[in-house]
Amino acid sequence: MPGSARRGAVAVALILAVMSVLASCGDGGQKAAPDPTGPTGGTETPASLRPARITVLAASSLTEVFDRLARTFEAQHPGVNVTLSFAASSSLARQVVEGAPADVLATADHIAFNSVTAAGLVVRRQVFAVNRLAIAVAQGNPEGIRGLSDLARPGLVLVLCAVEVPCGRLSARVLRSAGVETRPASLEPDVKAVLSRVALGEADAGIVYATDLLEGSSVAGRVDEVVIPSEQNISSTYPAGVLRGSDPDRQAAAGAFVDLLTSADGRRILADHGFGVP
Amino acid sequence: MLAGLAVALLGLPLLGLVIRAPWSNMGGELAAPEIRQALGLSLFCSLAATALAAVIGIPLAWTLARVEFPGRRLVRALTVLPMVLPPVVGGVALLMAFGRNGIVGSALDSWFGIRLPFTTAGVVLAETFVAMPFLVVTAEAGFRSVDTSLENAGLALGMRRWSLFRRVTLPLAAPSIAAGAVLCWARALGEFGATITFAGSFPGRTQTTPLKVYLLLETRPEGAIVLSLLLLVLSGAILVALRDRWLGVRAPGA
Repeated sequence: MPGSARRGAVAVALILAVMSVLASCGDGGQKAAPDPTGPTGGTETPASLRPARITVLAASSLTEVFDRLARTFEAQHPGVNVTLSFAASSSLARQVVEGAPADVLATADHIAFNSVTAAGLVVRRQVFAVNRLAIAVAQGNPEGIRGLSDLARPGLVLVLCAVEVPCGRLSARVLRSAGVETRPASLEPDVKAVLSRVALGEADAGIVYATDLLEGSSVAGRVDEVVIPSEQNISSTYPAGVLRGSDPDRQAAAGAFVDLLTSADGRRILADHGFGVP
Repeated sequence: MLAGLAVALLGLPLLGLVIRAPWSNMGGELAAPEIRQALGLSLFCSLAATALAAVIGIPLAWTLARVEFPGRRLVRALTVLPMVLPPVVGGVALLMAFGRNGIVGSALDSWFGIRLPFTTAGVVLAETFVAMPFLVVTAEAGFRSVDTSLENAGLALGMRRWSLFRRVTLPLAAPSIAAGAVLCWARALGEFGATITFAGSFPGRTQTTPLKVYLLLETRPEGAIVLSLLLLVLSGAILVALRDRWLGVRAPGA
């Protein structure tokens, strides 16, 4: 049937055309409206950067705060585009060492970052944030978890980060120091996976970063926080750095982005999202 | 020449694995308990998944091949769906059905205390979900290729239906079913996305070889290479052992 075949072909062509337009407009979804609070106080005069596109690889726990930092950065530097990619720090480090094209790397601990430094790929490095651990439980805390020792309760479905990733190393240390022996149901490859298990109701509790449980987070309303007191808790410092590259515009933009992380604006945004400053 | 490119694409990664493997420390690596644990779990789960897929999939394949029923096209589409679904999507869907708050899972939990996520049974379920289509599709083709006049002759001679199936249909379709089972097993062995999403990851219980390789890549790449090589050798051995069956299936056509 030539008529219907032609109509079918036109329909397919239209769909493909619409999809390619949408895809090219998407830009990784980072072109949101500029940060409404904007740079305040005029403490920073944004240096004028040449237009460039930079890629920032950041640990999963930095998802919300880096989204906001990227929008602020783009508002301060029109013409510069930031593409963000989030994963477990160890995964990111491996990607960079294997040759992934990126300009900035921010990890949740030093082990992952050091492996990239050892490969000679880091031009500049800076500690920019501090985070602590917390226990995530279902909304309303139905299991009545009060602290780390409750996590050893038999029958409780507990998920932790795998020890290969920063969150997992820290969780293991915190539990060991507190003398709590747990039998986790799963060791997830990154911290957001732990969080989503609890949010979906598949697990009763999980150990995540305190920053993952703030009110504005993606799982707000479905998870509650049980605080781990300071004497049992652990601080992890986050390093960020500029990765070696040959394009001077991108290197300049990457340097400016890392500058933002330690600037007054950056610290304010980090504090809003629950991070401490070093 | 293009064929040569195809061979290169298929062969070079495998060659790379062999060349980059830590041969000098192979004994030490192979002795590592975590390696054997992951491999043992993978073998157990993939074989269990294949068995389950055979038990429920062969009847399905036969029904699709022989029985005209309303909605047959829909059922066939449903059977093929996991083949085209991204595995992680399959994992999410399994959670929605069989998770603790799932449409069936919540009943299983509250009535029978059965929980599937985070268990080895959950791994088997996830692997069956993604791999069964391979067995069903190939088995259906096998059933279709059985000469119905032979079955009719059997019926005319007074054979009962189950006898007919067991002694006439099944043996004739066996090469296809075997090939389908091998494909199913291979697919189950390699499953990652659905398994990690639905069953999680815990050494000895749900951390199958692909999950272990993924984590090892970031901490001890030599271990990842050794495990990958082991899987490669295992898969290669099975394929070589079954190559006659493989080629035997191609002749009657799908």
